[in-house]
Amino acid sequence: MFPANFEYFRAASVEEAVALLHRHKDAKVLAGGHSLLPIMKLRLAEPAALIDIGHIHILKGISHHRNGIRIGALTTHATIARSEVLQRECSLLSDAAAHIGDPQVRNKGTIGGNIAHADPASDLPAVLLALGARIQMAGPAGDRTVAASDFFTDLLETELREDEVLTAVDVPAIAESAGASYLKFEHPASGYAICGAAAVVDMDGGSCRSASLAFNGVTAIPHHAVAVGDALAGSDISDEAIAAAIEANLRIEEPLGDIQASGEYRVELAKVYGRRALQQARDRARS
Amino acid sequence: MGQQVRIEVNGTTHEREVDPRTLLVHFLREDLALTGTNVGCETSLCGACTVLIDGEAVKSCTQLAVQADGTSVTTIEGLAQDGELHPLQTAFHEEHGLQCGFCTPGMILTAVDLLNDNPTPSADEIRQGLKGNICRCTGYHNIIKAVQRAAEGGAS
Ligand SMILES: Cc1cc2nc3c(=O)[nH]c(=O)nc-3n(C[C@H](O)[C@H](O)[C@H](O)COP(=O)(O)OP(=O)(O)OC[C@H]3O[C@@H](n4cnc5c(N)ncnc54)[C@H](O)[C@@H]3O)c2cc1C
Ligand code: FES
Ligand code: FES
Repeated sequence: MFPANFEYFRAASVEEAVALLHRHKDAKVLAGGHSLLPIMKLRLAEPAALIDIGHIHILKGISHHRNGIRIGALTTHATIARSEVLQRECSLLSDAAAHIGDPQVRNKGTIGGNIAHADPASDLPAVLLALGARIQMAGPAGDRTVAASDFFTDLLETELREDEVLTAVDVPAIAESAGASYLKFEHPASGYAICGAAAVVDMDGGSCRSASLAFNGVTAIPHHAVAVGDALAGSDISDEAIAAAIEANLRIEEPLGDIQASGEYRVELAKVYGRRALQQARDRARS
Repeated sequence: MGQQVRIEVNGTTHEREVDPRTLLVHFLREDLALTGTNVGCETSLCGACTVLIDGEAVKSCTQLAVQADGTSVTTIEGLAQDGELHPLQTAFHEEHGLQCGFCTPGMILTAVDLLNDNPTPSADEIRQGLKGNICRCTGYHNIIKAVQRAAEGGAS
């Protein structure tokens, strides 16, 4: 099993990658290849050209940026999982990356590819929504940035235009007073999320200053349950308060259903995993 | 249209022209006749095709040869040194960590990467570390024991 023919170009810089994408119709960026190559081998995708960005070193790495942390698009899941900066300041992301697929997948898969591919079963989209991350992109008209909550537009569709390269993801450091949790019900073979829940809870003594909850796997685009977070802000975020906030405010329209799990089942999973993730985030904030 | 690549495999540098759609596993098996790297599922799940690229375990069925340009690849053929089996190979042998042997090259190369990162893994860490490698024969029990034995002997 191997892909259909394509023209291969290796970009030495982001500018060159953008120029190549602009010049070649039906071209795709190649990063780690761990979402793109499997679908090309199955001939579900037959791009005319691949623009390999794998050698653009400036796109790799994790650094402090303004009040948060900037992660280059080509940074692998393994690097994110091992990053001491992220483990200390944004453990939600490093924890979630540590649970992607398996070690080989984490050695090649990149954060940029993970979100550009926008597979509903991917782990990182909900995490980035819960964190309030921002996505950096470069195109022929220059650079632009969008909030993670505006990035995902439909099943496998994003804000990225055909001639744009995703360059980085900016995440805020999680406050000292906050805790976070990512929990998933995973597919036993691939590790992909059938339902994943990401939660960040910021505490002010005994009361909840803010809460953010988002889901993977349940809907075509990751679902940010803003109303659940709003209902918990100002509460004591007890187990009862969490259960009540989810019961009253978690509204999931058009859940995905497939051979692994029906839509109804995924909604039930979201309630349970959402509750547990909020509880764990709260407990981590207190400890 | 061919693409020139320069890939070091088991210490020998190979310069070849490859069709860009050639998968690394086919480059190794067909162009270099290194058939120790197996093709199992072809769908990135079984890990039989695992090799080390610059020391990191990678499924070579999900990698183009052109992506490995400029890297150093280790296959199962490259593990033994001067006729001496690698400690993980010895441990798989002694603990009966294989039956048909099909998954073994991938298991061992993944375990090499695991022990480099974590020289003293717990049984659970070994299981997590070998999550991307499927064995149809052994029930995994002896595979875990083999990796533990190699770790105890300081295999990395
Ligand atoms: C067996 C297996 C199990 C997996 N399990 C999980 C899992 O449990 N959880 C999970 O989240 N993921 C999982 N994945 C997916 C993995 O995380 C992928 O690596 C990731 O989704 C894609 O990253 P990549 O660098 O390999 O992208 P590629 O495959 O190279 O690209 C994917 C898509 O994104 C585009 N793209 C990539 N980078 C950019 C960029 N910088 N700018 C613009 N477009 C870009 C490409 O054109 C392509 O359309 C699994 C994959 C495999 C093979
Ligand atoms: S053959 Fe590559 S993972 Fe199965
Ligand atoms: S020993 Fe036969 S597949 Fe593992």
